Amino acid sequence: MTLRILYFARLRERLGMAEETLDFAGATAADLVAHLRARGGAWAEELAAGRAFRVAVNQDIVALDAALPDHAEVAIFPPVTGG
Amino acid sequence: MKILVQAEAFDLGAEVDAMRAGRTDIGAIANFVGLARDMNEGSGVAAMTLEHYAGMTEKALAKLVDEANARWTLLDVTVIHRVGRLLPGDPIVLVAVAGQHRGEAFAACEFIMDYLKTQAPFWKKEETSDGERWVEARASDDAAAARWNAS
Repeated sequence: MTLRILYFARLRERLGMAEETLDFAGATAADLVAHLRARGGAWAEELAAGRAFRVAVNQDIVALDAALPDHAEVAIFPPVTGG
Repeated sequence: MKILVQAEAFDLGAEVDAMRAGRTDIGAIANFVGLARDMNEGSGVAAMTLEHYAGMTEKALAKLVDEANARWTLLDVTVIHRVGRLLPGDPIVLVAVAGQHRGEAFAACEFIMDYLKTQAPFWKKEETSDGERWVEARASDDAAAARWNAS
């Protein structure tokens, strides 16, 4: 499947990327996080198990076991701090 | 219902006036204004920049207002959240809730702020004398949102 992936705030800065398009063979948000973590460096650090981050699929926050639809807009970001 | 994400400042009085203009069924309007502080985590803050996830932000705010409408009988809700660079003392967020009585207006206003703090995709970056830093989420905000599920 093809995914559009967006990164925000501290993650965007640490990963050095705001957005990418990815051809991806996995099924769930957890699969995607594992795929990105395997890039090593800041990816492995920021997306390590135990680090706090959120995943949204088509602009709704989801749990890591959520399935990813083809052409989904996936966003990965730190816990929010507005208000 | 009015939901705005904007760089410009807002005027609380004008928003409350707009809410009650032309109607006489409203008995209570509760409102909350959040301001940028000059101090956080023990160091001075010269300015902050608010980043957001355009598209999802508006959707997330609409969802939490819908949730408030499902819990209480409300007559109108306004949520305005600013983005971009703000200075200490600047208003950041406005929530105003109109109801027939104060009980639901107070409760819904607090509920919307508690959920906004943990669900709406905004992030604050502070400028301090030690450089820039991203504000970390607080466990107390998660606890404040969670208590609405317990009751």
